[in-house]
Amino acid sequence: MTVEPGWYMSLAAVLFGIGLVGILVRRNALIMFMCVELMLNAVNLTFVAAGRAHGLIDGQISVFFVLVVAAAEVAVGLAIIVSIFRSKSSASVDPLSELRG
Amino acid sequence: MTELILFVVLALTVVTGALTTVLARNPVHSAVGLLGTLFSLAVLYVVNLAHLVAVVQVIVYAGAVMTLFLFVIMMIGVDQTEDRDETLPGQRKLIASVALGLLALGAVAAISGELDWFPGARAAVPEVNGTVGEVAKTLFTDWVLAFEATALLLTIAAAGTIALASFKKGDEK
Repeated sequence: MTVEPGWYMSLAAVLFGIGLVGILVRRNALIMFMCVELMLNAVNLTFVAAGRAHGLIDGQISVFFVLVVAAAEVAVGLAIIVSIFRSKSSASVDPLSELRG
Repeated sequence: MTELILFVVLALTVVTGALTTVLARNPVHSAVGLLGTLFSLAVLYVVNLAHLVAVVQVIVYAGAVMTLFLFVIMMIGVDQTEDRDETLPGQRKLIASVALGLLALGAVAAISGELDWFPGARAAVPEVNGTVGEVAKTLFTDWVLAFEATALLLTIAAAGTIALASFKKGDEK
């Protein structure tokens, strides 16, 4: 019994779903951020599996670009979380509702 | 057969790590769960012959990004006092039902055998080895413009982070 590419896609879909549920349910900004990383990694897995199924290396190169964007996003996002923590003394996203308009 | 065993074991660790990330009360436990997921995914990349991607995954994600996460968790203190009440009525029920519905839909599609995951894929494709040379050959020819754009993105991100960090309390008021 061989591992079909579709199995990797299913695993990636489950991983993406867990990340999405986490971002909708949790209210700690750091954990929400980790859930974004989970979703990005799920997409990376689909890129690698699809690249292999098609016999192309471009899937792996797309992973690199996702990785670069994720690294930039982590740097900026954590800086934002730290500066929010300085003014609100909390990592929860609930006090941020006063940021509207 | 080896791939099947590896897939089953790694799928379990990936999902366990992801669930730990979402469910753990302590942010440090979440970070460790995410770390387990990232390492398992790196092994899955090796199984898929994406060697360079696997190495970069361990160095950049499991190394740099997770260190940064743990650094910030330690800096702002381990906050376990997350409010578990629902602010939006029925939000969790809605999320759970939509997630279960999508899962059931996916399972039905997969079991029925009607699902063609890769419509364009031929039966026998060449195995692509994701070594440094192979990746570099394509990255620096077909994708060179996107590669240069990422350099710009990283510069802007670094400048933005420094600008954010240099604000003093009260500056923005």
